[in-house]
Amino acid sequence: MTQTIPVIEKILSANDKLAQENLARIDAAGVFAINIMASPGAGKTSLIEQTVRALAGKYRVGMVNGDIATSLDADRAAAAGAAAVQINTGGNCHLDAVQLRSALDQLDLENLDLLIVENIGNLICPAEFRLGTHKNVIVASIPEGDDKPHKYPSMYRGADVLVLNKIDLLPYVPFRMDFFSQGVAALNPGLTQFNLSCTTGEGLDAWLGWLEGRVRK
Amino acid sequence: MHELAVTESILEIALRHAEPQKAKRITDLYLVIGQWSSVVDDSVQFYWDTISDGTIAKGATLHFERIPTELRCLDCGKTYQPDSRDLLCPDCHSTRLKVLKGEEFRLDSIEIET
Repeated sequence: MTQTIPVIEKILSANDKLAQENLARIDAAGVFAINIMASPGAGKTSLIEQTVRALAGKYRVGMVNGDIATSLDADRAAAAGAAAVQINTGGNCHLDAVQLRSALDQLDLENLDLLIVENIGNLICPAEFRLGTHKNVIVASIPEGDDKPHKYPSMYRGADVLVLNKIDLLPYVPFRMDFFSQGVAALNPGLTQFNLSCTTGEGLDAWLGWLEGRVRK
Repeated sequence: MHELAVTESILEIALRHAEPQKAKRITDLYLVIGQWSSVVDDSVQFYWDTISDGTIAKGATLHFERIPTELRCLDCGKTYQPDSRDLLCPDCHSTRLKVLKGEEFRLDSIEIET
């Protein structure tokens, strides 16, 4: 006998459930966790380096890095003062909640205040795979162009905070700030945004202030 | 390229729902995928044939219902499908929009033989 069974289940429900478990663990340890997503070259690692360098003296910072094949980025973070765990994802295009769980196993969570997860450089899918961090941070940059929110809507839909990096390049690159901002406003109204330059340091204080306001004192 | 993980999730959900029904076979799966969900039908189909082997879902047909993105302008009320280079309302250029469709990513139903 043939019969139709209604299912109506989100395809990534298993990942979502695991992400909730990760968040419960992170919360239980009193850690504030962020997931940093961006296209390759937008400045994720530079932002993390600047952030760790500024905060490592005040807070205990942990870092999970999802680089595809090397540990270069984790080394840079470690050199700046963070406890770093590298996940080699073997060519995968995003981190998922399973990978974050195994990274959490390798970290001494009880002795951290801030956990920074660096996702894989990709503007297509990482936002669809919840990890269990408190906030999703998307890093955009001036040279990648003002059309990115319009072209990659799901990434901007899934962000809680937007960092617009490399603003020192605005005089040299055609970038319509209003067109960029319109795309952001359409997809994610009221999104918290920080415009900054990891090279000159301009605007970093506001970002750091936001972060410090959320880390356990 | 994450279709393998997605396909494994689809198989896990289908098997979990088929089991309490004492299904001998799963013959069809009905998937609903919005345009803004990043998954490629052909790749899912490719992985499906491999990973469903040895399960009661072997040989099942995957049906993809693709849902085009649809937005509504909250200022002038226009409902439209956005251009991939410009999301804004084509009539009044408002940025105040509501996403009506396009973010679906679910398994709606399965057909089984008992």
